Order: sequence, then C-alpha cells, then structure tokens
Amino acid sequence: MTSARSVSLVAKREFVSKVRTRSFLVGTAVIIAVLAGYVVLQSVLFDDQQRSVVGLSGQATQLADPLREKARAFGVDVETRDVTTAGDAEQQVRDGALDALVTGAPPELKMIVKGSGDEVLTTTLNDVLRQQVLIAQLAEAGTTPQEVAQSLAGVKVDVTALEPVDPQRGQRLAIGLIVAALLYYSLLVYGTMVAQGVVEEKSSRVVEILLATLRPWQLLLGKVIGLGAVGLLQLLVISTVGLGLSSAFDVIDVSTLGGAALLTGVLWYLLGFFLYATVFAAAASLVSRQEELQSVLTPISMTIIVAFVAGINLMIGSPSGTTVTVLSLLPPFAPILMPGRMALGVAPAWQVVLAVVLALAAIAAITWLGGKVYANAVLRTGARVKLREALRL
Amino acid sequence: MPEGVLEIDRISKRYGEVVALRDMSFDVRAGELFGFVGSNGAGKTTAMRIALGVLVADSGEVRWNGRTVDFDTRRRIGYMPEERGLYPRMKVLDQLVYLAELHGMGTNEAHTSAENWIARLGLRDRRSDEVQRLSLGNQQRVQLAAALVHEPDVLVLDEPFSGLDPVAVDVMSQVLREKASAGVPVVFSSHQLDLVERLCDRVGIVGAGSMVASGTVDELRSGGTPRLVVESPTTDWAATLGGVRVIEKNGTRCVLELADGVDDQTVLHAALAVGPVHEFSRQRPSLTELFRNVVTTEGRNA
Repeated sequence: MTSARSVSLVAKREFVSKVRTRSFLVGTAVIIAVLAGYVVLQSVLFDDQQRSVVGLSGQATQLADPLREKARAFGVDVETRDVTTAGDAEQQVRDGALDALVTGAPPELKMIVKGSGDEVLTTTLNDVLRQQVLIAQLAEAGTTPQEVAQSLAGVKVDVTALEPVDPQRGQRLAIGLIVAALLYYSLLVYGTMVAQGVVEEKSSRVVEILLATLRPWQLLLGKVIGLGAVGLLQLLVISTVGLGLSSAFDVIDVSTLGGAALLTGVLWYLLGFFLYATVFAAAASLVSRQEELQSVLTPISMTIIVAFVAGINLMIGSPSGTTVTVLSLLPPFAPILMPGRMALGVAPAWQVVLAVVLALAAIAAITWLGGKVYANAVLRTGARVKLREALRL
Repeated sequence: MPEGVLEIDRISKRYGEVVALRDMSFDVRAGELFGFVGSNGAGKTTAMRIALGVLVADSGEVRWNGRTVDFDTRRRIGYMPEERGLYPRMKVLDQLVYLAELHGMGTNEAHTSAENWIARLGLRDRRSDEVQRLSLGNQQRVQLAAALVHEPDVLVLDEPFSGLDPVAVDVMSQVLREKASAGVPVVFSSHQLDLVERLCDRVGIVGAGSMVASGTVDELRSGGTPRLVVESPTTDWAATLGGVRVIEKNGTRCVLELADGVDDQTVLHAALAVGPVHEFSRQRPSLTELFRNVVTTEGRNA
C-alpha cells in the first residue's frame, strides 16, 4: 500500500467524521448568521444616514427638483414628497415619517423639524433658497438665468490632493478586518481541533493500533490535511455566503475587492494552517489527556491571539507603519496580518512574495521538527513528555 | 527457511535503569497457539509491542518467515494491545472498515470482512453504534474484530481474555483455535492459566524479562522432580526408603517426591510389601504451580 493511500485514508476519516458533527454545522450556521446580521446592519445604517424624506407644501413644492439636485451634490440622498394638508404633515414630522416639512413661498420659507434638524439639509435648503432668489432678481435685471448658469458652470477650484484618499478605503478596511478575523478564527479553531484529535488518539490508545500499520508522519499528515480541508470548506462556505449577502445589500463591491480578498484569504489560510497545525499536533502529542491539553496549547494560541489583536489595531491606525510591516513578514504573524494588509492595498508585491517565501521555509522547518516531536512522543502515555526529551530521541 | 514462523530472537530493551527484556527468545509456528504467561511487569507487553514495531528493541530481532519484520510485513499482523484502543466516537462498522483499509484492503473487501466479523462475534445489533456506547465486553469483541478484520497472517494478542464473560471467552477461544487451524501462528498473553493450559499448544513462562521455560504443557508439567501419590492403610514405610521424601501426608494418602534415579516401581513394591495399595499415580504439577514456582524463584533471585 502506498503512502499516498494511507495518508488519504486518514485524511478522509478526519474530514468525514468532523463534517458530520453537529458542532461543525452549528458553528458554521452561527458564523453565517453573525456575518449576515453585520451586513444587514451595515446596509440599514447606510440607508439611515444618507436618506432624508422632506415634505413640501404649497408653493414650496416647486423646490423639489433643485433641492434633490443640490442635495446630491452634497452627497446626501433626499426624497421629496408633496403634502397637501400642513397639519397632517406636521404630525408626520412628529412621528418621524418625515425628516422635515418645508412650507411657504421663497424667499420666506419655513422648515419644521422634530428635534435639532439635519445640518446638511438646512444648508442645502438655504443654498436652494438663495439660488431661487438670485434667479428671480436676475430675471428682473434682464439677464436670463440660463446665461448665468452657463458662465458659472465652468468656474470651479482646481483641487490637487497631496495624499489622495482611496474612495474605497472604508470598504477595503472592512474587508481586511473580516479576512483577518476569519483567518484568526480558522487557525485557532482548526489548530485546536488537530491538537484534540492527537490527544483523543493518545488517550483512547487507538494510536497504538494505528501505528502498527501507519508511520507517524502518515498519520500526522493525514490528520492535518483532513482537518485543514474541513476548515477550508467552512471558510469557503462562510465567504461565499458573506459575499453573496454583501452584494445583495450593496455593502461592498464584490466583483473586484471581494474576489481578491477571497483568493488571498484561501492562500494564507493554507500557509497558516500548515504552519500552525504541525505545532499544535506536536504540542498535543506531549500530553496524554484532554485536561492537560490547555497548558501546552496556551503559548501557541497566545501567538495567534497577539497577532490578531495587535495586528488589527495597527492595521486600523497605520497599515503601512514599520511595526505592522515587519510583523506581517514574520511567519507566525503573516497568515493573519498579510492578507489584511493585502486587502487594504498597502502591501507591495515584494513584501507579499517575501512573506510567502518565509512562510514556506518556516513550514518546512516546523514540519520536520514537529513531526519528530510527534513521532517520539505520541506513543509515550502517562506523564507529560518533556519537549527536550522528545527532541533528543 | 522456516515457513510461517514468527521468531523472537534475543530481544533486549531497557527503559533508563529498568531492564524490561533481557535476551528474550521464543518462536511461534504456523498453526500453533502460543500462550505467554508471566507475572505483571515480566516483559510480556514490551515483547509484543516490539514485535509490532510500536517499540524499538535495543538489540535482537523479530523475524517472520526467516526475514526481519519490516513495515510491510507488520501490516499482515493482527494486534490487540493491552491498553484497548478504538475511536470512542466512531461507529463499530466504520471503525472496522477503516482499520481494514489501513491494513491494505480495498473498500469493498474491507466492508465484506468487517460485516463478516461483526456477525461472527455477535455484534450485528450494535454495528451502527458508537464504540463508547458499547459495554466493555462488547468493546472487547470489537477490539478482537479489529485485530482480525484484515485477515492477518500472524496474531499477537495482549490479554485477549481479560474482562470477558464465559460466553465471550468461548467465542474468543473458538476463533483463536480456528485461526490457528488455518495455519496462522497465534500468540497471546494471559493470566488465566487454566485457560492457557486448556487452549494452548505451547506455553512460554516469562520472568524478569526473559523466557524461563517454554514447551508444550505436557513437557512443562513432566519436567522437574517426579512426584507420586500413594494411598495405602499405613504410610510409615515410605520414610524408610532411600531417595524418597514425604512432602504431604493426609490420613492414608501421601505425596512423595523422588530423588533423581529412584525408580517408581521400587516404591510400589515397598508399598505392596506392607499392605494393599488403593491408589498409585504420578502427580504432575499444574501450570499454576509451575508458574508459582517460576515467580517465587524469580523473587528469590531478585
């Protein structure tokens, strides 16, 4: 029997037995629900901020078009409604169905609001009003408004940006953070799963039967591939649903940003998982019972948690800063930070390539070392095996 | 080149200061049931784990058909470790199919064989249950099925009878016998000496990491100092014979131990000269007595 068949048998068992568990299904559903909630919340907040409903009554109704145009120029979406009875409309303002009610004829407009009123809306209305008055006076002076409008159209300040702001920066940051969070979750959860699997085999002693027919590295590799595939499946399901929802609610631009983030996310998940899974497995092979597992896993989990927490803060603050740049190149932190920085669009190609090369080198070294520790320690049940002993043998 | 023989040749193993095995040698031939007995910590489990390659010996060699056992030949061994081991959350059938596949069977073959052993060992109702939901006795049956499911060429079983009810003991004995008759060398360890005595073709007694005695049960029992049981009205005559020691006296019945070269017929004549003899037989030590002998000798030497 070939090694490939042995490894694939182990991987298949790990995959099938994990995907069938309720915790996998429930876990995936919960994450999707949280993500969906976030997307919906975003789109609702987005709507609320940008759209005002203004009731126009009497002569004010003729302001509907200029008001909407002007508002659009300010980046606000205004919906206008003609109202017939001012009394009803006032009640609607009180209820919140209308954001403002405008009555009277230019130049003496009245605006009724519930609380303090929207500043942008007030400014917009003032502008519209001034314009109306100006047009009326120009007409009296004999100049047609069209002539004035034509000569005004070409007049504007030429703006030169010293540090141009990416119009998609907000979206990029959101995607970067989500990618980093998903990778953090996947590495931690599936790394721990590998560790639990190793200890389960050790504590149930089934490992002795397995190792009478498998070599330690075959068992380890099969386990890592099988559970890594489960993690990848979950990541893909979550990402696909997340991107689908986001595009349905117009929260992010799926076609370019989202697709790229998904690709880098998968790449870095694979690199990160192979890097961490062997470490998790080697650490787990040192102990014989689930209760002892936490103590050996803490240093590894802490590294991932630090990478995530510190990385997130640095990424929001200064994604191109020296600290976050250096951290994102180092193999233990790269799988979480680099995809985040890539999504933000602040990682130059050479840095990405360097980080990938370093990660691959680290995987080779860790797999060799971790495989050795695992092979030496996995059959030694009872007291915790000292790392030095496992390495020396 | 010996065919179908598992040879354990002078294997030694030490854990730090503790010597677990010291030049342990024995062989198990095709179609033979070999019982492995010895007190706790004598080295039985270590020897079996070395045979399976789960442990590496410091020196010595394990051979199958005259060739050093390597990774591929190990696949052909059926193994039941002392510490029972199965995936607790895996279903009985899935587990057996998986183990059969790992030992090189194709998927269909593995299914057929797993179903076959499940039926054979009376586990049909439990085939879709998780192993952890089974009683210990049933888990033990699954464990045996796990050792047999890939139709191994050699069977190495560490304490296969411990924790079994009498019915399961019978099933297990029958299966082992059958396997041996099919030409598979079977070696198992046990503390149930009466069972070993009844079942095994040959027995090896282990003490302090090496083989103290091995052979058929008859060979082992006939070895050592001959003893006679004599029943006659008086037993005083015995003390007068040279080379005869009375070691037990119970009414009209006594047990005599004969020194080397003393003919039992001389003893019979001496007894008949005094009166009628109602019983005259050779007493052979049971395996338990032999075992106790080995263990106490070992204790004295240590």
